[in-house]
Order: sequence, then C-alpha cells, then structure tokens
Amino acid sequence: MKILVPVKRVVDYNVKVRVKSDGSGVDTANVKMSMNPFDEIAVEEAVRLKEAGVATEVVAVSCGVGACQETLRTAMAIGADRGILVETDVDLQPLAVAKLLKALCDKEQPQVVICGKQAIDDDANQTGQMLSALMGWPQATFASKVAVSAGKATVTREIDGGLETLEISLPAVVSTDLRLNEPRYATLPNIMKAKKKPLETVKPADLGVDVTPRLTTIKVAEPAKRSAGVMVADVAQLVEKLKNEAKVL
Amino acid sequence: MILTQEQEMIRDSMRAFAQERLAPFAAEWDRDHTFPAQALKELGELGALGMCVPEEWGGAGMDYMSLVLTLEEIAAGDGATSTIVSVQNSLPCGIINKYGTDAQKEEWLKPLARGEKLGCFCLTEPHTGSDASAITTRADRDGDSFVLNGVKHYITTGKYAQMAIVFAVTDKAAGKKGISCFLVPTATPGYSVARVERKMGQHASDTCQIVFDNCRVPATALLGKEGEGYKIALSNLEAGRIGIASQAVGMARSAFEAAVRYAKDRQTFGVPIIEHQAVNFRLADMATQLDAARLMVWRAAQLKDAGKPCLKEASMAKMFASEVAEKVCSDAIQIHGGCGYTDESPVERIARDVRVCQIYEGANDIQRLVIGRAIAAE
Repeated sequence: MKILVPVKRVVDYNVKVRVKSDGSGVDTANVKMSMNPFDEIAVEEAVRLKEAGVATEVVAVSCGVGACQETLRTAMAIGADRGILVETDVDLQPLAVAKLLKALCDKEQPQVVICGKQAIDDDANQTGQMLSALMGWPQATFASKVAVSAGKATVTREIDGGLETLEISLPAVVSTDLRLNEPRYATLPNIMKAKKKPLETVKPADLGVDVTPRLTTIKVAEPAKRSAGVMVADVAQLVEKLKNEAKVL
Repeated sequence: MILTQEQEMIRDSMRAFAQERLAPFAAEWDRDHTFPAQALKELGELGALGMCVPEEWGGAGMDYMSLVLTLEEIAAGDGATSTIVSVQNSLPCGIINKYGTDAQKEEWLKPLARGEKLGCFCLTEPHTGSDASAITTRADRDGDSFVLNGVKHYITTGKYAQMAIVFAVTDKAAGKKGISCFLVPTATPGYSVARVERKMGQHASDTCQIVFDNCRVPATALLGKEGEGYKIALSNLEAGRIGIASQAVGMARSAFEAAVRYAKDRQTFGVPIIEHQAVNFRLADMATQLDAARLMVWRAAQLKDAGKPCLKEASMAKMFASEVAEKVCSDAIQIHGGCGYTDESPVERIARDVRVCQIYEGANDIQRLVIGRAIAAE
C-alpha cells in the first residue's frame, strides 16, 4: 500500500512574522523556513504505518518554489521513501494544490493521502477537502487516531465537544490534527540517507494543471496592537466596567 | 562559511532536540546533580554519541563539521550533557575506532557508538594533568593478565560509565614509551569510585576519582601495542579540542540568547533596555565575539575533515572560544542585572558551566604553548 503525503514549506513556527511595508503579503526574505508542523505529523503517521507493515511506500510531495526540495529532504529524513517536487514560482492557492495532487494521485495511485489539516501560514484548511472532492474519495479530517486495515481506515476525529470515530473505505484522504502523534527527531544517519533518496521534479504543465490564482489578495495587515490595560480598584469597579465599557455583561 | 543542506538539517534536528529535551531540564539537573541518563539514551538513538564512527561499527559515519554543529546545539541546551557527549565521541569512540582490533570494536565500539554504553577516559592523576608522561598508575603483567594499581583524577562519567580507557605504566624504565592503554569494564573488581567531585558547574556530569586496587584485566584488554599508550593518549587531541571549542560556543550562545530575550522584555525609563545604547553595544560585542569563535571552530573542523594539519588551528579555536565564552556569559549576567546573579535566569548556571572549557582537554596555557611553538617553527 502506498501513502502520499503532501508537505508545505512555510515560515518556521518560531519566527515572528512581519508584514511587508506595501501590504502585499508577509516578508519571507531571510526568514527561516520549515515544514508545516501539521504536515510533519502526517509524515510521521505515514512512516509509522510503514514501520508497522501496513504501508509499503511513503511518497512525499511538495508544490512550490525550488527550495521546497529542502522540505522534501526533511520528510525523507523522517522516513519517506522518495519525493516529488512540483516546481513553480506561481503563488499557489489551495485549489491549485488540490488539482496538482489529484494529477499525482491519478499517476501514483496511493491508497491513502495523509495531509496536514491546514498550513500555519494561511490557515486555509481547504486542500485536503478539495482533493477528496476532486478524486471522489471519502475524507476524514482532523484525525487524532488512525488505524488502517484491508480496504478501510478507522479514523478518530477531534470535533467540538468530543471525539467522533469514522470508518471510511480506501482510497481516502485523511488530514491530521495536532494530537495524532509526536513527530520523531530525524536521526543523524537518516539525514545523510535522505540525500541519496530519489527526488523527482515536475512542472504543473507536465501534469496538465493550470495553477493561475483564482483569488486576488487585496491587502495584508498586522493585527491591531493590544492597547494598555487598566488596574481596577475592586470587584465592583470591574463589574461596572464590564457592563458599561466592555458591554459584555 | 555557508552550511550545506545536510549540515543545516543536522543543526536543525539537533537544535529541536536540545531545546525540547535538554534546555527545559538543565536548571533542575544542575540543582539536583542529576545524571541525564534518559537524554543520553535518546541522543544515542539519534546517532549523536558515535558521530564519527563508521556505520559498520554502530556509528553515524559523519564528519567533524557535523560533530561541531551537534555539540554546539547540545551545549546550548545543557553544558553538562555536552561534556558527556563530547567525551564519548572524541575519547572512547575516537580512540577505539583508531586503535581497536575488530574484536575490541565488536565488544566496545558498537555499544559505545550506539550509546548503549558509556565510556570514560582515565589519564589524569592527582599529581599530574597536562604532563601526561608523569603518570604513576601501574599495570603489572601476571601470566595472561595485567593487574592495575593507582589513582585517577577528574574522570568525566567515571561513575556512570560501563567501560574505562585506562593509561598505566607497564615499563617504568622506558619513560613515555613505557605507558600502555587498557580497555577496562568498570564492573571489574578493583575498579572503584573513591569520590565524586563537588564542582563549580556542570553538576549533571559526574567527575570522579577512581581507585584501581589490584584490578585484573586479561591481556586482550590491551589497546594498541604495549608501550603505545602515550601516543594513543595524545592521538585525538585536535578532535577533542575542536569539540570543547564548539561546546563553549554553544553555552555562550544560550547565555547570549537569554540576554537578548531579557533585554527586549525588561523595561527601564519607559523603554526596553535593548534600546539603551550601553546594553545594545554590549550585545553587539557579544554577538561578534561569538561569531568569530564559531568561525574558528568551523575552520578547524573543516581542516580536520580535509585531512589537513590543524593542531594550531584547533588550539586557537579552543583557547579563543573558551575565553570569549566566559566574557559573553559575564556580559549576559551584567545585562540581566541582579536577576542574572540568581537562579531566576539561566545565565548564572551557564557562566559556571562554561568556565571549565578553559581548563579541560588541555588547559589554555597549554594551548598557548602549542600555538607559540607552531609559530616558532614556521
């Protein structure tokens, strides 16, 4: 059984992002980039399924600029067997990525696509769902537990107010939540081995996909700065302020 | 110097480990003198305890540049752990890899490189450190075995190691050429930890006095040939020194980073103190010294990897890095003010931990001697 894992190159979660002065987006020049943390969980889950003997091959896919090959190497250091880079300088939106992944699914015929539920840069939370729709495959999003057996997957999902367990037939799309697993640290020998694993580069045109953006970003702005707080003298004053100033009571 | 993609991945992976698995516990380990056994086990699984040992012998098969990147990250997490890791890599692993027979490598190198066992290096004695030829521990041949008697001092991991590399005199008349090297299981009767030193810093790493009292080992425990001990003891010096230098950089970096965080957060006269020029310029100097030290470490490691002589460069890196590290840590305390002198901040611990980098693996006075002699011979 083959598992396909899409991985996205994003601004590292430790970096304090800055908005470009012209408001066109977030400044990524000289900023540390890493694999989207949800995707790291997806790679870990796929590699665990391989180690458990359920999966036979884990293929990592990244769509974007040439430097995404670094993200693929990281996935391979965790344990993915090979990587596919869909290289383009176009700013990719979720639908474009879903179409690229559909083309790769048609070619690679994976039984499961495990993807992060969202990327920490744009927080769109759309690609996995769109891929599922385009493929006509079942989907189980926000997985906190995944068990795969002959022809089906049992997925526990984190939903408002508790957990929901779904059984879906394969092939299917599963998206990962934070609590699914704790990704391992890449071991030093595996980092060296990742260099020797196959990495194929294709262009969107090779896959017959038009990745032209369908949405236009009008403006990106920083969140409003928090204004200074006030000390209240007593509970009575607090209640008074909550009622009359904040109007929340 | 620009890192390759693999080197960046090594650094990032080790940084993530050190920041999540070492740094949050460093203060507690220091306070309680806790040996970081679990963290060392995990580091062994990552391949960090036998980094330069070939894969066929259980190591990671990597170069010295990878080792220094790893040691800097571990040291930035916890200085004491970095000492244990540095010793394991440079001394037991480095020496057995170079001089061990296949049988000795099978028995010791594999478990050491995988981190399943720890080793210690017993050279220094109460009366002699830098002058290694003056050791008096004896190894007397008795049929098919050697009997060791003597006292070893300041032995890192002496209490927790499963094996010891021990230097002892087998032929007193032969001077330096009468010293031999032995691989001794620490469970051997006659190996005992006489005391654990109470140190200024690095409390999580045990530093011990070891007494050998009629400690009998088979003749197969001899590493290299009889009389080769002195040569073996001095054989992996550059690697050890480069390792200590990168530890000094790592510890100082974590003190520097703490100082930057504090300076951005702490306000006086209505602004964060980083906006006061006195603090800002101090940070500029700290960053520059750290960077210079790191570049010297990387150069020495690259020379070593290229198989070029680097005795002078390794000594310069060790001396410079350990001295600027003390200065950087002291400045980090100054930026913290009163808080830096208490265990509220990590910098007082780091300043204690880093001081020994000027002493162990060849005191800096010896490094100056090495550098000075090299200049005179040029």
